[in-house]
Amino acid sequence: MAYSIQETQNELIEEFGLFDDWADKYEYLIDLGKKLPSLSEAFKTEENVIKGCQSRVWLHAEKQGDHLVFEADSEAVIVKGLISMLIRVLSNHTAEEIMKADLYFIDQIGMSQHLAQTRSNGLLSMVKQMKNYALAFSAK
Amino acid sequence: MMTLDIHKIRQDFPVLDQRVNGSPLIYFDNAATTQKPSVVMEALSHYYKTDNANIHRGLHTLAERATAAYELTRTKIKEFIHAPSSDQIIFTAGTTGSINLVAQTFGRANFSKGDKILISNLEHHSNIVPWQMIAEEKGAIIEVIPVDDRGVLDLEAYRNLLDSRVKLVAVNHVSNAIGTINPIAEMIQLAHAHGAKVLIDGAQSIAHLDVDVQKLDIDFFAFSAHKLFGPTGLGVLYGKRELLDSMPPYQGGGEMIKEVSFEGTTYNELPYKFEAGTPNIADVIAFSAAIDYVNGFSKEALFQQELALLAYATEQLSVIPGLRIVGTAADKIAVISFVIDGLHPQDIGVLLDKFGIAIRTGHHCVQPLMKRYGLVGTCRASFAFYNTFEEIDLFVKALGRTINMLQ
Ligand SMILES: Cc1ncc(COP(=O)(O)O)c(C=O)c1O
Repeated sequence: MAYSIQETQNELIEEFGLFDDWADKYEYLIDLGKKLPSLSEAFKTEENVIKGCQSRVWLHAEKQGDHLVFEADSEAVIVKGLISMLIRVLSNHTAEEIMKADLYFIDQIGMSQHLAQTRSNGLLSMVKQMKNYALAFSAK
Repeated sequence: MMTLDIHKIRQDFPVLDQRVNGSPLIYFDNAATTQKPSVVMEALSHYYKTDNANIHRGLHTLAERATAAYELTRTKIKEFIHAPSSDQIIFTAGTTGSINLVAQTFGRANFSKGDKILISNLEHHSNIVPWQMIAEEKGAIIEVIPVDDRGVLDLEAYRNLLDSRVKLVAVNHVSNAIGTINPIAEMIQLAHAHGAKVLIDGAQSIAHLDVDVQKLDIDFFAFSAHKLFGPTGLGVLYGKRELLDSMPPYQGGGEMIKEVSFEGTTYNELPYKFEAGTPNIADVIAFSAAIDYVNGFSKEALFQQELALLAYATEQLSVIPGLRIVGTAADKIAVISFVIDGLHPQDIGVLLDKFGIAIRTGHHCVQPLMKRYGLVGTCRASFAFYNTFEEIDLFVKALGRTINMLQ
């Protein structure tokens, strides 16, 4: 049985709860980033680039059955770590689940700074883009 | 040389005294904007508390006080850049505003098809895009003075680009991304010898170098108050009188007119011709305090302090394996741009922030320069006189830890 979006978020919150200083948290995040498989070059297209990031970020979405599967990549490893968590939470769910998802884990693991609306930061655009894909797929 | 009491100076900048993410703030993003001394904040609040009024229009006491304070700043700027007269000092919204003003007035009146505008490979987008916009409209051509691997402009190439079709040379005095101080005196002479006018983007030089617009024979000089310890959203355009006089007005509105009727309007004289509408009165007045503050020191002493920081940081950073400094001109202000093999600048910036250290990462609004060096961006530490050697030590240590975490 696959995890629900909520369950995965709670799991992440628990994992991050183990760290008591920021450095451990970021080391974990960097590790997640390094472990996320690279996106195949064929998907690193201009179309898949998320605007508004200081580093280039690519997001590719594919429908598998009634689920949406995300793959993504970035030149910056911390962003890649954040992406890796988003994928873990949102990928492989229905469009409706993704559209409805309230991503409270970001705040709870102390990463809400990365959702800030500075132009250098892509997480917000990333979440938006994932939800846009969900919207587009559900409309089809 | 006068020695500076940095400890005492730091107390003038309240923002510096805080912890960020649990560590004392180290502010190394002075090229983006400088911090403000208390006297600037006090002047701003004093104005709103005691003198707030619209200027030039009212004849009541508050309006007179506000007008006098506003015009006093103009006089101080005139003295600061050694302009011949204060009516050649025009208030704008910033360097960007000043450059756009020149592009839309001087450019509109003087560029025709096939004319050339020379800019350099070091320019900030603010000194590129306004020229592209007017060039496209007028059919003028933009040509670029190349830069070498050190970040020094190629003067030989510049000489070759200069011909009678060049109407304007628009270059920065100092590069924001890599700190190069450009040889503007020589560049201006060469341009004038070919009949071209010169706009100097002084955003990055105004806080560090002595600027004498008359000695340098500058036609247009643009800078932002916020990079000179003053308020944001305020800038200055200096221009030679005959140029400003001959230029059409920029924006239309109140203040800039002499008489308005539906049949036609006559325009006000300098500088008001270019200051339509109620200006940024409060910030102009507060800017006065910033200028007084800087004038309280020897500019040379401040700059020597910054150069000492630059030399020390350059030496400390150079020994970090895989670190490469981008921009190694002999003449630089205290800006160090660097990249580290295999690491993305953004990751470095995010982690340094966790150590309470503010640097800038990214393309620094100079994408063509980044392209020239084949980079997506750099990390940039930029110092002001209130920075310390201890801060550099802490920065280098934090950078070492950052690299370890990322590798
Ligand atoms: C060289 C240079 N030119 C122009 C600007 C634009 O200044 P402002 O944003 O204050 O208009 C900057 C600011 O970063 C700069 O460094």
